[in-house]
Amino acid sequence: MDHLDELESKSIYIIREAYKQYKNLAMLWSIGKDSTALLWLCRKAFFGRVPFPVVHIDTNYKFKEIYEFRDKYAKEWNLKLVVGKNEEAIAAGMGPTKGNKFECCNQLKTIALKQTIAKNNFSALLLGIRRDEHGIRAKERVFSPRNEQFKWDYKNQPPELWDQYKSKQAEDEHLRVHPILHWTEQDIWDYVKRENIPITDLYFAKEMENGEWKRYRSIGCETCCNPICSKATDVDKMIQELKTTKISERSGRAQDKESAYIMQKLRSLGYM
Amino acid sequence: MNEEHLKFAIVGHVDHGKSTLIGRLFFDTDSLPEGKMEEIKKICDELGKDIEFGFIMDHLQEEREQGVTIDTAQTFFKTDKRHYVIIDAPGHKEFTKNMITGASQAEAALLIVDADEGVQEQTKRHANILSMLNLQQVIVVMNKMDLVEYKEERFNEVKKELIEFLDSINIKPSFIIPISAKKGDNIAKKSENMPWYAGKTVLEALDTFTPKVSAVEKPLRYPVQDVYKFDDKRILAGRVESGVLKKGNKLLFLPSNSESSIKTIEDMHGEQQEAVAGKSTGITIEHPLFVERGEVACDPEKDKPTVTTRFRGKVFWMSKLPFEKAEKITLKIATQEVECAVEKIEKKIDSSTLKVLEEDASGLKEWEVGEIIFKTDSPVVIEGFNETPELGRFVLVKGEDVCAGGIVTHKDLE
Repeated sequence: MDHLDELESKSIYIIREAYKQYKNLAMLWSIGKDSTALLWLCRKAFFGRVPFPVVHIDTNYKFKEIYEFRDKYAKEWNLKLVVGKNEEAIAAGMGPTKGNKFECCNQLKTIALKQTIAKNNFSALLLGIRRDEHGIRAKERVFSPRNEQFKWDYKNQPPELWDQYKSKQAEDEHLRVHPILHWTEQDIWDYVKRENIPITDLYFAKEMENGEWKRYRSIGCETCCNPICSKATDVDKMIQELKTTKISERSGRAQDKESAYIMQKLRSLGYM
Repeated sequence: MNEEHLKFAIVGHVDHGKSTLIGRLFFDTDSLPEGKMEEIKKICDELGKDIEFGFIMDHLQEEREQGVTIDTAQTFFKTDKRHYVIIDAPGHKEFTKNMITGASQAEAALLIVDADEGVQEQTKRHANILSMLNLQQVIVVMNKMDLVEYKEERFNEVKKELIEFLDSINIKPSFIIPISAKKGDNIAKKSENMPWYAGKTVLEALDTFTPKVSAVEKPLRYPVQDVYKFDDKRILAGRVESGVLKKGNKLLFLPSNSESSIKTIEDMHGEQQEAVAGKSTGITIEHPLFVERGEVACDPEKDKPTVTTRFRGKVFWMSKLPFEKAEKITLKIATQEVECAVEKIEKKIDSSTLKVLEEDASGLKEWEVGEIIFKTDSPVVIEGFNETPELGRFVLVKGEDVCAGGIVTHKDLE
């Protein structure tokens, strides 16, 4: 068992615990590298199938590559795909330039997720967040309860010892389950390479019209993601680049920058 | 990808400098992302504080404004030797359950003590928790040496008091290092302020520790996590906690005491010949046995775990809800879950002073340790915590949440 084997086994154990303990389980798939790796782990946990719905929260501002990738692999992997949208807010023209970014994330992601959970009666959700992404995510539990209003009670999280995870929930709670919390960005890419996991090519560098080479390091909505300068055109080059960079992963993500605690506020309201 | 990884927790009394030490480790190993120190400086300016290394870990607004760590956090850094996962633990008594959450994931620990304040209530409680968790790789760091003018006499004084206590709970620290996290003495580089100290720096000391060794050599323990029926196959899913599953080998399932052998070892990419300790896998068996979650498969020819309804354990109660002896409680151990009664609380102990508060006690409350005889409604498969930790550690659940963590101290009771 090498390092990646250990990470993988722990993740599979967590995924299976969630499947065993919670009846209406679903997985959130943003189509980014992390949740695609998580999806791969789910397939491994159940020997090639995904025995629960896979949810994509669609803000309408995603890259076209995201939609193409989603539809291709939903078919190839035989996924029960559920697309969640806040139709009302989209119809009203909500966007990052209308109001502020905080409100846009809240409406098109968090509220859309709330609506999707209510509509499908999900009791637990698998999410591909990692501790090394953000200081707030470093504080998460593997099994993390959210109340009816979606609030994360970060000042009073339940204890979580060894591999014993929360297996009972209050009536109006839903659980966020984080099977790859213990992975780093580097681990994800090493694993993508080893397992040959298909990944959207937004992550790979391309030459721009002005001759610069750029790629996305973290992918959300097209409107709020900035590409970084990079010549990493494949997974191997990306792994090399990561080993030397000192720039943080989410540096291209606008919502992290509005103010020091925006991530905390977003998460406490139920943001992924 | 065979780079080594080690997880260690930083524990100790509130304000003795845990978060500051972590910030310093990051800073001195050049592990901070670009712009991080500037961001922290800006936040400190806004709060009207001097630059605070602790803010690298303390990320919640409340934590920064009040200068306390509320919850445990995990973060990553690297030395020339290996990768580290640092588990920061809050020092406040109120957040002890968060400290235990963090420490239960660690392979080693740094116990921090303030050279000026000396040994305090949470120093002892945290050390006691490390002892219960059987963490044997421990470094003691004596912080804030700058406040005691880097004096060896003060170092020796606090050291003596602490060692006496640690001795009583069977912790033998591998290193005791005088440091100043704030000033950077003896963290990544040797301090010029303490020529009397010839030992290792914190980073050198950490690099001597070893990650948890694989349990491949031990007898097989395969707790069944779930049973899946896919395409007419009945797959017993689980993680090999120790030993090796080999195709064709005999299996004994406990507590049901039924035998079969391994027909296939399943994998997304096709059948496998074996699965080693640590691996989450799935098997099919030759006989149509009724096996469900909670059964533990082992090798019928080798040492077997104990099947019992009665055992002695030591628990740490961490919930605000107190426990009354007459209550029934849910016990979770590996993938087993059983209702149980408490036959006797032999001793109720203060988790900091270690004083026995009561013998044959009638209940337990937050921060108390109990030595308990459990009587389970149905048989459980257990082992001593030091033999197979996965079958020797448990949690107690009351209502929706875990209320206590515990270890099996005596598996065979007359």
